[in-house]
Amino acid sequence: MKTKGIVTGIVSNLVTVQVDGPVAENEICYILSGGTKLMAEVIKVNGNAASVQVFESTRGLKGGDTVEFEGKMLEITLGPGLLSSVYDGLQNNLATMTEVFLQRGEYTEPLDREKTWDFQPLAKPGDKVEAADWLGDVKEGWLPHKIMVPFSFRGAYTVKSVKEAGAYNVDTVIATLVSEAGEEVPVTMTQKWPVKLAVKGYKEKPRPNRIMETGVRVIDTMNPIAEGGTGFIPGPFGCGKTVLQHAIAKQGDADVIVMAACGERANEVVEIFTEFPQLIDPHTGRHLMERTTIICNTSNMPVAAREASVYTAMTICEYYRAMGLKCLLLADSTSRWAQALREMSNRMEELPGADAFPVDLSAIISNFYARAGMVVLNNGQTGAVTFIGTVSPAGGNLKEPVTESTKKAARCFYALEQNRADQKRYPAVGPLDSYSKYLDYPEIVAYLDQTVEHGWVEKVLHAKNVIRRGKEAAEQINILGDDGVPMSYHVNFWKSELVDFVILQQDAFDAIDALCPLERQRFMLDLVLEICDKDYEFEDFEKCRDFFKNLINELRQMNYSAWQSEQFEAYNNTIKQLIA
Amino acid sequence: MKAYQRVYTRLEGITKATVSLRAQGVSNDELAVVGGRLAQVVRIKGDVVTLQIFSGTEGIPTNAEVTFLGEPPTLKVSEQLSGRFFDAYGHPIDGGPEIEGEERQIGGPSVNPYKRRQPSQLIPTGIAGIDLNNTLVSGQKIPFFADPDQPYNQVMADVALRADVDKIILGGMGLSNDDYLFFRHSFEAAGALDKIICFINTTENPPVERLLVPDMALTAAEYFAVEKNEKVLVLLTDMTLYADALSIVSNRMDQIPSKDSMPGSLYSDLAKIYEKAVQLPTEGSITIIAVTTLNDGDITHAIPDNTGYITEGQLFLRADSDTGKVIIDPFRSLSRLKQLVQNKKTREDHSQVMNASVRLYADAQNAKTKLENGFDLSDYDHRCLAYAKDYARELLAIDVNISITEMLDTAWKLFGKYFTPAETGIKQALIDKYWVK
Repeated sequence: MKTKGIVTGIVSNLVTVQVDGPVAENEICYILSGGTKLMAEVIKVNGNAASVQVFESTRGLKGGDTVEFEGKMLEITLGPGLLSSVYDGLQNNLATMTEVFLQRGEYTEPLDREKTWDFQPLAKPGDKVEAADWLGDVKEGWLPHKIMVPFSFRGAYTVKSVKEAGAYNVDTVIATLVSEAGEEVPVTMTQKWPVKLAVKGYKEKPRPNRIMETGVRVIDTMNPIAEGGTGFIPGPFGCGKTVLQHAIAKQGDADVIVMAACGERANEVVEIFTEFPQLIDPHTGRHLMERTTIICNTSNMPVAAREASVYTAMTICEYYRAMGLKCLLLADSTSRWAQALREMSNRMEELPGADAFPVDLSAIISNFYARAGMVVLNNGQTGAVTFIGTVSPAGGNLKEPVTESTKKAARCFYALEQNRADQKRYPAVGPLDSYSKYLDYPEIVAYLDQTVEHGWVEKVLHAKNVIRRGKEAAEQINILGDDGVPMSYHVNFWKSELVDFVILQQDAFDAIDALCPLERQRFMLDLVLEICDKDYEFEDFEKCRDFFKNLINELRQMNYSAWQSEQFEAYNNTIKQLIA
Repeated sequence: MKAYQRVYTRLEGITKATVSLRAQGVSNDELAVVGGRLAQVVRIKGDVVTLQIFSGTEGIPTNAEVTFLGEPPTLKVSEQLSGRFFDAYGHPIDGGPEIEGEERQIGGPSVNPYKRRQPSQLIPTGIAGIDLNNTLVSGQKIPFFADPDQPYNQVMADVALRADVDKIILGGMGLSNDDYLFFRHSFEAAGALDKIICFINTTENPPVERLLVPDMALTAAEYFAVEKNEKVLVLLTDMTLYADALSIVSNRMDQIPSKDSMPGSLYSDLAKIYEKAVQLPTEGSITIIAVTTLNDGDITHAIPDNTGYITEGQLFLRADSDTGKVIIDPFRSLSRLKQLVQNKKTREDHSQVMNASVRLYADAQNAKTKLENGFDLSDYDHRCLAYAKDYARELLAIDVNISITEMLDTAWKLFGKYFTPAETGIKQALIDKYWVK
C-alpha cells in the first residue's frame, strides 16, 4: 500500500508533509492540488514529517492537500528515441506539449510508443547474461542502439528466447530471460533507472588514454581533454562560455552529445535546436541533431528540477556508454545547480557553509564528476562519457565555493579571463592559468606522439613558455618603457603575441576558422614555433612591432583560408619569405 | 465578497514587512487584506500563515482585520490598457476609468522553450554604441549598467521611441517623481501615448510594492504579444531597487542571506522576470530593456552580477574623459544576440568592422596607460589615440543618431585615416571592397 500524507507547511517550493507510513530519502511523491498532480521529491525526513521539494510552482497549494508517495526515486526512461529529443529536467518531452505556455502538472511521455524500430537480435537462447549485456540492437539514426539487459537486474540470467529480426515498437517484449531462481522475466526495448545513482554494469574504469578532438586550438593543442575525461570552464558573464560550449558541442568527436541547459537562458537552447538540425557533424557527415539530446531546464523553469536535469543528462550518457559509444556531456551551468541546492538548504534552515552554500557541496560535485570516465564493458568493448561543465563564479571571482569544489574534481581547467574578453581575444581561455592534467599522463603523451607528431607535448609546453616569457617581457616594458628595455624583450613580447593571435585566438563565427582539425593544428603550431625559434635583429622596437604585426596578419589570413588551398599556400609562402 | 470569506482579527507576529496569524484553508501565494492593506501569503507552517504586506506594516495593530481573497495578484487585460498609467496594483493613476477585461494572474507560467523561435529581427536605435557594437534583436533581454549619475532613463526613452514596436510598457520601480514625469512628457512629446502603458512605483510609494511592478508589466506584455501578435518592448527601471525590495522581504522572513545581503534565490527571482522576453512562434515578441544601477561601476555586486548571467548582454554607460561625452563602453558592453542579425540583416562587413574598431580602441587604451606612466609613445600609439577620440565622438557617444550603414562607413573612414589595412586585421576580401584610401 502506498504511503499517503497531507501538506502542513509551504515556503516557496519547499513543502512539509505529515506522512502515514514509510518514506525514503529522494522518494518521489505527487501533491494533489486543485485537480493537478505536482511532482515532488523527499529531501529530508524528521519523525513523520517529510520535507519535499516540489518540481513546479506551488502557487495555490493549501495546508491539508493530500500527497501520494510512489515508493521509488526519480527515474527516467531509457530506450531508442532519446536522441534528437528535447526534454525538461524530469524528462518530459517538450516537443509533444501542445500549449505555448508550460502547463503545471503536465507530464509527457519521453519516448514515442508507436514508432517501430528495426530490431536485430545479438543474443541467442541459452546465453548467460547479466545487467547491461547486449540482447539486440536497433538503428537509431546511424547509431547501433543496443537493447540491453536492464541495469537494475541483479545476478546472472539465462536467455530463454529472443525475438527474431523485425520492426517492433519499444514496448514489444524482445527477449525473455530466466533468473537463477528460475523466474522468467520479459525484457522490452525500454528500461527505467533512478538518475541519482550511477549506472554500473561494466568491467572496469581504466585511466583515459586518448584525447577527444574538439577543433578548438586552445583546447586540443594547448590543454587537451581526454576521451572519458572531465573539464570545466569558469568565467565571468560575457567571456564567451556559451560560445565555447556550443563550439565543443558542434565539433566534438563523440557519437552522442547530451547538452544540459541547467538554469540558463532559453534563447541559448533555442539556438541549439534551431541551428543543430541544419548543421552537419564534421566527423560523420550526419545531421548534428541526430546525435544530440537536449535537457532543458532554463532559468525560469522550476528550481528543483534544475538539480534533476544534470542527473538526467548524465544518466542518458551512461546509458549510451554502456552500448560502447563515446558520449560527451555538456552542462551549462553547474553553478545554477549549486544555487538550487543552496535555495533548498536555506529554506530547510540548515546551517550554511561558505557563501551560504550547503556544507556538502564539494562532495556532491565530486560525486557527479566521478560518473564520467572511460569504461571497459563486460564484452571487452569500451565506451566513454566525457564531461565538461561550466561554472559561473559570482562576480567573476574564482575564489568561491563552486569553482573551488569543481577544481578539485575536474582534470581540465579552462579559465575564461575578463581582460582577454575585453580585448576581444576569443576564446578568452587564459593561456597560463588554464591547464590539462592529461598532459602529464604518460599514456596520453604516448598517444599524442603517435597520432599527432613525435615530441608533441614538449612543443605544446614550449609554446606555453613562449607566452610566459612574453608576459614577463610585457610587464618589464610596462614598467621601464619601450626604450628602457633591451630589444630581446620586444622580440619575446611579440613572439608571445604571435602564439596568442594565431594559436590561442580563433573566430567561432568564421566558417573555416571555427573548426580546426588536429592535422591543421599541428601544422600551425609547427609553423608558429618555427618562427618563434628564430633569432631576430631590429634597429628599433617599432620595426620589431611592424615585422611581427605583418606576420600575425598573414598567419591570421591563413587561419581564414581553406586548409591547403591555393590561398593558404600563398600565405604560407609569404610567411616563409618574411622569416627567411 | 466570496461566500467562504472569514475575517481574522488576531495577528501573532509583526515585522516591518510581514505579519503572521493563525488561519485555515489558506493557499500559497494568495492575496489578503490586512487592516485595509494588500498582502500576499509567503509562508504556511501548520496553521500559522505569514503574509507580506506590500505597503509596509507601519501602524498595523495586532487586532487588525484580515480577510483572504482566495487568489494571487491579478491584472485585468484588454485593449483598454493602451495609453494608460497605473500603480503597482494595476489601479489607474491618470484619473481615467478602471480597465474592463479578462482577469489574469500575474507571474504566470513560462513559455515552453521548444515553442520559442530564434530571435531574428533587428531593433535599430540610431545609437552606434548599440547598433554597431551591440546590436539589439527583438525578443532579447538586456539591461543598461549605469552609475546613478548617468542619463540612463533618457537613453532608454530614446531607444524606446526610435524602436519600431507596437507597444512600449514601462515598469517604473522606485522612480523619482521627476523621472516619472520625464517619461510621461517624452512619450507625450513624441506623440506615442497611444502605444504606451505604464506601471509606476515612485520613491514616494512603499518599497515592497515594487515587487509587483515587473509581473504587472509583463502580464500586460504577454497579453499583447500572445493574443494580439504585437511586438512589445518592456522597459524596467530600476531593477537594483527591485532587488533591494526582495532583500528586505527575505530579511524579515529570517532567511540566511548570501552574497551582498541578497537572498539566495536572487538569480531565480530575476530570471523569472527577464526570461519573459521571448520571440513567439507567431509574429509577437517581448523585448526587455532594463536598468541596473551600479555602485561606482562595480559589476561584481550580486545584483549586476546575477543580472549579467541572466540577460543577453549588457549596455554599459560611462563618461568618456577624452570627449566629455557619455559613451557606451565597448569593452564592458555586449549583446549576445548580435550575431543573429549582424552581416545577415546588416552589411557583410559588420562583425569584422566592429571587432577591428574595438581592438584598435583597446590599443589606444594601452597607449594611454603608457602616456600616464610617462613613457614615450610610438607613432602607432599616437595614431591610436587620435583614432580613439574620433571613434568615441563619432560612434560611441550616446548622442549619435545615424543608420547602421553610415556607422560602418564612418568606421572605414577612420580606419583609412589612421591605419594601414594590415593593422586592422580585417579579412582581405573586405579590405579590397571597403577600404577608404
